[in-house]
Parts: sequence; structure tokens; C-alpha cells
Amino acid sequence: MERVAIIGASMTQFGQRDAWIRELLAEAGEACLDDAGVSPLDLDHLYVSNMASGEFEGQTGVPNALAHDLGALPAYTQRIDQTSSSGGAGIYAAWQSVASGASDLTLLVGGEKMTHETTAEATDVIASLTHPVEYKHGLTLPSFAGLTARRYLHEYDAPRESLAKVAVKNHRNGVDNPHAQFRKEVDVETVMESPIVADPLRLYDFCPITDGSAALLFCPESEAKQYTDEYTVVSGIGGATDTHVVHERDDPTVMGAAVESSELAYNMAEREPEDIDVAELHDMFTILEFLQSEAVGFFEQGEGWKAVEEGVTDRDGDLPINTSGGLKSKGHPLGASGVAQAYELHQQLLGNAGKRQVDAEVALACNVGGFGNCVITTIMEQA
Amino acid sequence: MSGNSKFEAHRCPNGHLSYPGHPRCPECAEPQDETVDLTDRTAEVVTWTTSTATPPGVRQPNHIAIVEFDVDGDSVRAIGQLTTDGVEIGDEVRPIYADELRDPDAGIREKASQEWDGYRFEPVE
Ligand SMILES: [Zn+2]
Repeated sequence: MERVAIIGASMTQFGQRDAWIRELLAEAGEACLDDAGVSPLDLDHLYVSNMASGEFEGQTGVPNALAHDLGALPAYTQRIDQTSSSGGAGIYAAWQSVASGASDLTLLVGGEKMTHETTAEATDVIASLTHPVEYKHGLTLPSFAGLTARRYLHEYDAPRESLAKVAVKNHRNGVDNPHAQFRKEVDVETVMESPIVADPLRLYDFCPITDGSAALLFCPESEAKQYTDEYTVVSGIGGATDTHVVHERDDPTVMGAAVESSELAYNMAEREPEDIDVAELHDMFTILEFLQSEAVGFFEQGEGWKAVEEGVTDRDGDLPINTSGGLKSKGHPLGASGVAQAYELHQQLLGNAGKRQVDAEVALACNVGGFGNCVITTIMEQA
Repeated sequence: MSGNSKFEAHRCPNGHLSYPGHPRCPECAEPQDETVDLTDRTAEVVTWTTSTATPPGVRQPNHIAIVEFDVDGDSVRAIGQLTTDGVEIGDEVRPIYADELRDPDAGIREKASQEWDGYRFEPVE
């Protein structure tokens, strides 16, 4: 099977934006086509990763709207919703479209417009993905994070401060990301003294609510050079699904779908965890960075917190994680986040990451929907 | 839909338990054909949280726990609100009926699509 190349990438400013979903998607889509020097008229497929434009804004049918706004008619369009892993699922769909031969040029745009809602309303839109027995008790995604963090700290004797250090690291990285929502350092004391949101987790353990979009342009590897010399390759990708009801998992501290999706991705890429030079993990909550770093095989179960304590995952460490600032400081516009992870890795592999640059030839992204309900793992490499 | 909620684990012919029930057993994909009432049993707290940022119609703060029941040597977990704070991992709790766990008119989910009553967990003295 031929490998798939990424020949263009873009992301918009993340944060509180005046633009609505159509404008956000068009902004990233245009910038991505410009990055590759490709005409929208040449697109075979155009995909939109988005969780809830209907619920947030009353705008459905966004792929059709984007195709018309971009001048991409008559490209085939579809919307990809996998809650907050919609972006990763979009990469999977775009990869399938090119690898299968159905499309020679696929543009993927992920985006979400959220900040016009109150935090309580936005939390409820996201919580609507839960099972009725969870929803009726008022379960939210942050409350799952609190439940899981308490169990993790209890089981592995990890100090509460180790979670704070994830936030400190990712905020430090975000300072050098011009697209990030927050570009300010925080210290452990600030995190530990911030208001409780879902005990034992506090405000700084959580990513913000964000507007933004990001885009990627895919073609067969054999055709990439006709567009650009600057491209990367998707060498492996896998997706997996865990229980809908979170408490039905055997071990609440193991993200099964991250284990399974990463095994699929490593097998396709013929890579192992030791080969990964840089990673973007879905740190919607600080605890999730520990769980994913263990699930994708970087560290033993229950040891992920030690790596953060020892600086292994710092930008100048052996395995930098979330050089972009992660969802934590960059922001988390649901449908955009998985696409923006790949945007960061694309820049890292091409040597275009500026002050965030690390030494990397092979990169991994893990994008999580629900509370680990759906996970996409993508491995990207230098051409 | 108030007053109708059962609190039952569901069992397949191979003896696997789940709460809630599913058309097919999540472990072996056989149809589940038996139920086990959980209302008169006690459970152990696996983990808990207190959520202070709650959605529309949800009490604030919201104390929540994942608990584990022992059913004739097999375990099955459930999630739900706690009646009080101050509960710790390992504590024993029992289900207490509540006719409305959150305001069905306030959230995004269609009121008629699900039940809103159910069982909170209360510490056993
Ligand atoms: Zn079974």
C-alpha cells in the first residue's frame, strides 16, 4: 500500500474568536491550500472534522458550506464527528481516501466555535456524549478526569504535584507558540492553589474552551514532489473504541483504546515506542498525559508521572511531549485539536517549529474522544 | 419518567455482569438474559470526585463516586451521586432512591429520551 503524504498544513489563532464556524473553517482551509500552492479546484475530497456545530451554533451541513466558500466544487465532502477525536478521525478518513485511490488530493479542515456559550452550557454540550446513566447524575468530562486522577494517585503513589508539572511544562511550551490561546508560564504553586474543579483536579489541570481551526492537505507520496519539496508522511495510523460507559472498564487507569490504536499504528509504520522522537498527546486534562504516555508504550503503567518529574518529556528532554503547548495552553476547539496536533508535528519534522524546534525524524499524535471512548494514533515521519 | 428507574445489573448466559445493561454482553456479545437487583446490596467506593463546575440543572457541588458491588463472587461497578462529601476510597455505601437527580428541563438532552430518577450512594455507618 502506498504511503500518504502531507503537503500542506495550517492552523488559525486559537482562543476567543469573533469568527463563526464557517469563517473559521474557510480561514484554515485557504491558508493550507496556499501553504501547498494548490488550487481548490484540484481537490477530489474535502473533509470537515467537527463535533457539534449544530448544537453550538445552529449551523449544520458545514462541509457543503466550506466547499462552496473555498471554491472547491464539485469535490466530494463529508463531516467527520468522533467527538473530541474528530480531528484524528479526519486524518484517518483522509488517509483512507488517498491510500485507497479514491482521491488523489484530499483537504481536511477541523474546527469548532465554542466560546459564545457559557462554560456550563459548553460543558453540557460535551457531556451529551455520555450514557444516560451517567448524564442523569450530572457527569461531565472534567468529573471523569477527577475520578480517574484520584484513582491513579492512590494506586501508583504519585504526588498531586506531578499533575501540576504537566500543566507547568505545557504552559512553558505554549509561550513560544504564536497560535496558542495562553502564552504565559505558570508555576506549581499557582496550579496547586487554583480553584477546585473536580477534586483533586484544579482549574489549571484543565484545558480552556476555545475557538479555532486547522487544516492538512494529503496526496499519494509518489505525487508529493510535484507540489512541494516540504512534505511529511503518514507512516502509520490506527483507531480503536472503548466502552461508552466509563465505569465499565476493567482498570480505570488504563486507556484501552489508546493501547489498541497505537499498536495498530506502530505495526503499520513498522515502528516501536523507542523510535518516537516527539509526541503530541491529548492533554484535555493533565491526568490524560500520564495515561496516554503509558498506553502508547513510552513508559510502564503507573510510571508516566515519574517521566514528567524527571524532565524526560520537557522540550530539551529525551522525549518531548506537547511542544505545541498541548491542548492545555494552545486550547481545545474540539474538531480542530487532532488536526492541530498533526500541524505541530509537521512543523517539527520539517524543521519549521522555530523556538519550539526539537530534533525529530519520527513523531506520534494521540487524539482522544470522550474520556478515552475513541482514540486515533497517528505516526508521522520525515519524507 | 419519574419513579420508574430500576437499579439492576444484567447478566449473560456466560455469567458476565454489566451495569447498565446492553442488548449484547460487552465481553462475549451474547444477549443478556438475566437481571440482578442491586438496591438492597452494599458496594465499595473505587474512587470519588466533587465536581464544582456543573452543567445547567445539576446540583453544585456534585459529589460522585464509582462503586463496586460483589454479586455472588463476581464484581460489577456503577457510577452515581453521593449523598454527602467526606467519603473515601474503600468506604462501604448503599443505594438510596432519589426521584430527580438533575433538572430534566435545564440540560441539552431531550427530557423524554431518558430517565431522571435513580440511586445515590450513602455511607453505611
Ligand atoms: Zn458475556
